[in-house]
Amino acid sequence: MLEQLVTSFIASSGFGIIFNAPKQAIVKCGFVGMLGWMIYFFMVENTFDAVFASFVASFFIAIVSYYFARRYKTPVIIFTVGGMIPLVPGGLAYNAMRHFVLNDYNVAIQLAAKVLFIAGAIAMGIIFSEVFNQIVRNIQLKIRKKHV
Amino acid sequence: MNNIRKRNYTIDEICILAGQIMLESGAETYRVEDTMNRIAKSFGAEYVESYVTPTAIVFSIDGDEITNTKMKRIEKRGTDLNKITVVNSLSREISEGKWTLQEAYQKLIEVQRAPFVYSYWLQILAATIVSGCFVIMFRGSWVDFIPGMITGGFGYLCFLIIDRIVRVRFFSEFITSAIIGICALLLVYNGFGMEVDKIIIGSVMPLVPGLVITNAIRDLISGHLVSGITKGAEALLTAMAIGSGIAIIIGLF
Repeated sequence: MLEQLVTSFIASSGFGIIFNAPKQAIVKCGFVGMLGWMIYFFMVENTFDAVFASFVASFFIAIVSYYFARRYKTPVIIFTVGGMIPLVPGGLAYNAMRHFVLNDYNVAIQLAAKVLFIAGAIAMGIIFSEVFNQIVRNIQLKIRKKHV
Repeated sequence: MNNIRKRNYTIDEICILAGQIMLESGAETYRVEDTMNRIAKSFGAEYVESYVTPTAIVFSIDGDEITNTKMKRIEKRGTDLNKITVVNSLSREISEGKWTLQEAYQKLIEVQRAPFVYSYWLQILAATIVSGCFVIMFRGSWVDFIPGMITGGFGYLCFLIIDRIVRVRFFSEFITSAIIGICALLLVYNGFGMEVDKIIIGSVMPLVPGLVITNAIRDLISGHLVSGITKGAEALLTAMAIGSGIAIIIGLF
């Protein structure tokens, strides 16, 4: 568990450097990535499906990134990218590819379908959090109007 | 006084320059449009329309004078999150009325000419460490940590070199992943590391088009269908290039 915490933090901050993120944002990138990966890892360890785990993790990554973006007045994308990359089903896609090459199409197509679903789950996570943020913002605006 | 100093920069030139920098650094479409409109409005333009796709900007200002429409073709696209942040905060300062037209243009030119925040060597070092970490995250053993770092770092170095020579993104990704495959196989064959699969997956991660994928999704949500789909196609092509590079190596050996 501890090695997962440390490696995911370092990996996400490393992506910040590869993508030329501003220096102040590197540690925050690492934090977002670590949080997302820990949610995903914890859920998969506790026999949740990888598709659902990806959805929940990307949802929380987007929420936290949005919070950071508003707090530090920087574009959201800086924080989302670093967090999202570990969730990309690279391992599965690789295995699917390998089975395609070995002419084992039955397994390959099963794996490819799984890859597709996980990618869709990540997208849905981002979409849900976007909608969630809009609702929260609208409620906040309404409350403020009432007070005034 | 030289010519450049005397010139009066118009609002649309500044907006298009800002948009161009953001788009070339990999910003989301809606953010580019929003920034351009905001800058134009804070300089006093009333009716502003902008249409941005990953390859072109169309920008139009409507006012008391003649309607002014300009188009800018975007040739190269990279990833530079720092420039996006700088332009974003610059547009904020413009809205607060901190800069005049001339000053804003000078600032934008400075941003456009600025080099990357991190040197190439630091980026390669980051790729090296990232690859090693991903081997562990995908439940590889610590035996494969160092081999993962070596192949990942070497792969990224090759990617930067090939990308500079060939200038066709997909081709350099294809060749790089093939090189990574060969390196991983050679290392394991010579007794360094145990699982070829884990090493390859970890080392390929720095090439994954993460920014393009998230941008594609965010563009699609915000209703920029053309940009979203084209970026999705870009991400798919990259994934195919990486996948087929690896596939060829596995198929051969």
